[in-house]
Amino acid sequence: MSLLEVTDLRVSFPTSDGLVQAVRGVTFSVDRGQTLGIVGESGSGKSVSTQTLLGLTAGADVSGQAMFEGRDLLTMSSDELRRIRGAEISMIFQDPLSALHPLYRVGWQIMEMIRAHEPSVTKAQARKRAVDLLKMVGIPQPDRRVDDFPHQFSGGMRQRAMIAMALSLQPKLIVADEPTTALDATVQAQILDLMLRLQRELDTALIMITHDLGVIADLADDVMVMYAGKPVEHADRNTLYYQPHHPYTKGLLESIPNSTGTERERLRPITGQPPSLINPPGGCPFHPRCAYVMDRCLTETPPLGPAAGDHGHQSACWLPEDAVGMGTEAEELRRRTAEEGRVGAARILAEEIANAADVKGAVTS
Amino acid sequence: MTDTAMTDAGAARQDDDVLVRLDNVVKHFPIKQGIVFKHEVARVHAVDGVSLEVRRGETLGLVGETGCGKSTLARCITGLHPVTSGRITFDGQDITNLPRARMRPFRRDIQMIFQDPYGSLNPRRRVGSIIGDPFAIHGVADGPERKRKVQELMELVGLKPEHFNRFPAEFSGGQRQRIGVARALALRPKLIVCDEPVSALDVSIQAQIINLLEDLQDELGLTYVFIAHDLSVVRHVSDRVAVMYLGKVAEVAEAPDLYGSPRHPYTNALLSAGSVADPELSERRERIILVGDVPSPIDPPKGCRFHPRCPKAEDRCAVEEPVLEPRLNDPAGHDAACHFPVAAGERLGQKLGAVEPSSGPTS
Repeated sequence: MSLLEVTDLRVSFPTSDGLVQAVRGVTFSVDRGQTLGIVGESGSGKSVSTQTLLGLTAGADVSGQAMFEGRDLLTMSSDELRRIRGAEISMIFQDPLSALHPLYRVGWQIMEMIRAHEPSVTKAQARKRAVDLLKMVGIPQPDRRVDDFPHQFSGGMRQRAMIAMALSLQPKLIVADEPTTALDATVQAQILDLMLRLQRELDTALIMITHDLGVIADLADDVMVMYAGKPVEHADRNTLYYQPHHPYTKGLLESIPNSTGTERERLRPITGQPPSLINPPGGCPFHPRCAYVMDRCLTETPPLGPAAGDHGHQSACWLPEDAVGMGTEAEELRRRTAEEGRVGAARILAEEIANAADVKGAVTS
Repeated sequence: MTDTAMTDAGAARQDDDVLVRLDNVVKHFPIKQGIVFKHEVARVHAVDGVSLEVRRGETLGLVGETGCGKSTLARCITGLHPVTSGRITFDGQDITNLPRARMRPFRRDIQMIFQDPYGSLNPRRRVGSIIGDPFAIHGVADGPERKRKVQELMELVGLKPEHFNRFPAEFSGGQRQRIGVARALALRPKLIVCDEPVSALDVSIQAQIINLLEDLQDELGLTYVFIAHDLSVVRHVSDRVAVMYLGKVAEVAEAPDLYGSPRHPYTNALLSAGSVADPELSERRERIILVGDVPSPIDPPKGCRFHPRCPKAEDRCAVEEPVLEPRLNDPAGHDAACHFPVAAGERLGQKLGAVEPSSGPTS
């Protein structure tokens, strides 16, 4: 049994504009010591799906199941959830400045966390543990800095303090939501290095949420790509980067500037915009932007099914299972299948997408 | 450009290849204290002696981390900040700290694209009037002619001209950035300073805007100063790249030279820190994990500003400031400010996750 098993999670928010279907059926699991990367653009539902697990999405309609060591997080009482939050599952947020209370000393905030879950710990003991934690995450002179306020810390140090706090009770699972997005490149390298090392030492499971495919390439064992509230592809790291099946994953990888090539190649962006979650497109959610759109994509939603026969590689796309990777053969197969699959409405749409690709600044083929 | 400015330009033009020249540009921000008698207690050394050239038709990439002075430098070039000392020449003419009225003709030639497509467009004004602003300010076109020009611009940047009467809120982030680009292009500038133009956008949209900027450069012969913290984006767009650290240029070179044989240890660290979307490469390569944080620009370190964090620092670095010049038989134009430049094949890094927790000396 995995540490955390999430099955068919659905989250929606009633708003005055209509029901926002932020997460529309997500299934995944994480094992001890393992890292799951969740990638997606803004509005793909990647943050909402994990915040819901910890009861942080007040006012949302939630359905599905999230078994953490045999207990369902979604049906737990708030008291039970409070005992798990921080102690067994902890969270690291994107912006450490707004996640830390500006009027309390950093050390006090770590001590509060320890004492809230372990009432028998004395103040002096908690303080000592806070100092040790700050030392472990590489804060210089921890016995002095423990009495600093958050504004006296730099961005990188604040994120280290957040990590110290997340680790303070040795949780079994850490959810890191864009932990390095607000940081500079060299500081990002420091923080990723720290997280990787601590995870190895403590055998913690990690869910890493990010929009940056580069960060995931460094850390994740498995990667789940989300689009419009649904997982569209799920695979181990190397399969996802070298043998992507879903056109969205392929598009994401192609739109990043190549960091190794010497020639300046033209970038190939995905045309169009991410969809609205109030009124998501029918059929496959990606079909209005997909270069391989077929008739059935407009009406039938592809299930997350096996791709390429590789163990565990799953993709939600109607293209043939073996149309994986960036090679010309796979591309030929994709083109041919798409061409054959367009008899009706998809023909016009495909033309529109091809024309949109000719818009200034988009793809020119 | 006005007639007088035009003749001036003709007379003063010496070096036709260089559009902008920065000579030892310094920008300090004073920190003041006191209620009645304000006195200066310290200075933020935002830009501290930068000399650079921007050549006609090229893209100069400017990279560096938060607080290195790259945005301040950009604002000095566009005339949004008066400089403390030094000289800025544009198209052969000295534009350092010109009074408002005399700066105005140059503002047509130097435009800017901002980072935040949400904050840089007035939400209460229609897109047509936002893009038409430059025409109004400079009294170029009126009435139906202005509308026609605005619609041409909208088409040029890939927006639908019939969306003329919409509000910014009706556009997505990428489309808003296109509006910002259209506004910058209105007066056919020679130089556009792009301050992190894609960092607020989603990955799939970033590529659209980068392609747009490249197309426009080819079509209109624009010169760009392109500021970004994403090294792979800068590598993709730039002909030459300047790396800044604490208000100074650490290294400047043609993009392939800079990425191929970085000389300054900071450039090496920055390049090794950038993440790549390629797991096998990412596992193989070594990182230089720097110790500590960037020191405060209020009291920058003596000697080489990078020495407290530099893996190669020696005693000399703490006292003697290195000059920005070619090192180790580098071609002219590849300058590094380092006493101990990094040679090819030199190892400074480790594999990710292999380093002991840093307990560095800096705060």
